[in-house]
Amino acid sequence: MVDSKHQWKAWIYLAPAIALLLVFTVWPIINTVRMAFLENYSGLKAAGGQAFAFGLGNFTKVIEYRRFVSCLKNTVLLCVWTVPISTVLALLIAVSLNAIRPLQRTLQTIFFLPYVTNSIAIGMVFAAMFNIVGSFYGTENEIVVTAGIINNIIEFFGGEPVNWINYGSTYTANLTVMIVYIVWNALPFKILVLLGGLQSINKQYYEAARVDGTPRWRVLTRITVPLLSPMLAYVIITSFIDGFKEYTSIVGIFGENMGPPDDAGRLNTMVGFIYDSLSTNSQGRASAAALILFAIILVVTLVNLRISKKRVHY
Amino acid sequence: MKVVLQNLTKTFPSRNKKSNEEVVAVSDFSFTIPDGQLIGLLGPSGCGKSTTLYMISGLQKPTSGRIFFGDDDVTELSTENRGIGLVFQNYALYPHMTVKQNILFPLQNLRGADRLSKDEMLDRAQNAARLVQIEELMERKPSELSGGQQQRVAIARALVKMPRVLLLDEPLSNLDARLRLQTREEIRRIQKETRITTVFVTHDQEEAMSISDMIVVMRAGIVQQTGKPQDVYDNPANLFVAKFLGTPPINVFSGRVQGGRLFIGEDAVLDVPDVPDQAVTVGIRPEGFVLDPQGPLRCHPTNVEVMGRDVSIVSTHPAAASPVIRSIINADLRVDISQELVRYALKPHKVFIFSKDTEARIPFEVK
Repeated sequence: MVDSKHQWKAWIYLAPAIALLLVFTVWPIINTVRMAFLENYSGLKAAGGQAFAFGLGNFTKVIEYRRFVSCLKNTVLLCVWTVPISTVLALLIAVSLNAIRPLQRTLQTIFFLPYVTNSIAIGMVFAAMFNIVGSFYGTENEIVVTAGIINNIIEFFGGEPVNWINYGSTYTANLTVMIVYIVWNALPFKILVLLGGLQSINKQYYEAARVDGTPRWRVLTRITVPLLSPMLAYVIITSFIDGFKEYTSIVGIFGENMGPPDDAGRLNTMVGFIYDSLSTNSQGRASAAALILFAIILVVTLVNLRISKKRVHY
Repeated sequence: MKVVLQNLTKTFPSRNKKSNEEVVAVSDFSFTIPDGQLIGLLGPSGCGKSTTLYMISGLQKPTSGRIFFGDDDVTELSTENRGIGLVFQNYALYPHMTVKQNILFPLQNLRGADRLSKDEMLDRAQNAARLVQIEELMERKPSELSGGQQQRVAIARALVKMPRVLLLDEPLSNLDARLRLQTREEIRRIQKETRITTVFVTHDQEEAMSISDMIVVMRAGIVQQTGKPQDVYDNPANLFVAKFLGTPPINVFSGRVQGGRLFIGEDAVLDVPDVPDQAVTVGIRPEGFVLDPQGPLRCHPTNVEVMGRDVSIVSTHPAAASPVIRSIINADLRVDISQELVRYALKPHKVFIFSKDTEARIPFEVK
């Protein structure tokens, strides 16, 4: 504890950071709440000196907006699919990596590589892999040439090529591509965290389990997973939060169109909705949507924490 | 269940990549553990005692040699099929399970014909808990238990399967001094009650001496001596064993045998008629000294340590291998250390002579 005489020094050291945080973090949060409750708030109109009435209009507008429900649905669906799949896959990969001796370091590096790659670039590669026709922004009349490696593989095994992301593709196909891409993108960080957790588990628990003749599956479910539960909780909670903020990955695959060429915005998410509102100068509506998103994330995280309190063994 | 270890050897590849030399952890260990006995594997750290225990458990495979439980050769058998119970040094209790779940865990792993009904399992767990006296702790988590209680849970978990052999790795090393005394009695009692052949590893000679039926003293992978604790203490095979057993430790002097007499420095302390002339190392147990104004061994006293029943006289001698020598004398005898010299007579059966080169014991006839 610094004695009170010298506390002013500490305040001086902290001042630049506090000033920046007040201007660029605290005020925007307060301002978002303010704008959300001002009817039809728009930055342009505000600059022109217009006054806005207080009210809940922005929220009703958001909810009644044509695309809002689909944005919410996309966001929730992506979360609900990708979080469990990526967590379970990451767990299995981490456990396997932890079990091997030779090549462990090399494989660890390979599994971590996607993390250091730009996700838009990865998205474009995925788009190319799932492509079905010559050009990405295809039209109905374009000649269909199977170009993507995924369809090549499907055809190699005698299957029918699938229209994943191009003109006329189905919502289910689009969503499948998104889930594969997001899971793949989310794996490296989770593997890293879980592997770190695994390596800190005392080996004697496994020796004890061996002496007790514990079958492998039971070792995983009764020993590894509970001992890893703090890491698992961390991974699940953060990936739900990331999931609700999903946006870049859609841009990565579909571009700004946020959907196949014939149905723009089909895969738009909550964050995408907020950006769209901002680009039409409807800051009030964007703020209201941001608060709704915040409320959803808050509730989901509280539920997560509630569950983890019972399930996590520190 | 009798356990037979036959020429057991374990080598590890060297950590140093440049040299291909192997590290020999255990070398040619042969020993028969009689049925229902408590055996202490004793030695300084790195002597191979834990490796031996882990080979008996099956967690480590011997490089050569065989292990028998009774008449069954279990050398190739995996751990879970050997029917052993193992208590780890830090207990390795599953932290997320209650005491009851921990004890039930090995039973729940049983498959096929061995599978017990739920009630039988609970019954067995209760019995194991009663045996180690932790029945009232069944719903607690290991983190809510003291070290001694965790130890008991670990023993209960090892016993619940009714193992043929119980193995304990440094069972008392994580306990404080008082608990250690109590727990070692407890281990003795449990072993007596269950009559399970038990092997435990320790570096604490007092611990091994106090509860074992037999001890095995090891050094650098090689068995130095086996036998009943008292026999090994009274008849150490070499200098290492003599030094390793006993608190306070044995006093070591360099000496020589000349003309049938044993000299420490210039003092002729004992007649040893059948020992040929040579330079020797002499070990004298602290209780082997007798205060005697006419005694042959002359030491310079420095201070007296009072330990209640006994006192220990700390003195120096020019031929001693250690800075001070300790003798234990009955507290009734008043000792005056203001004197220049304290003179001792020696109890011949507390004096051991060792070859200077091989450190092996040189026997001598006590007249």
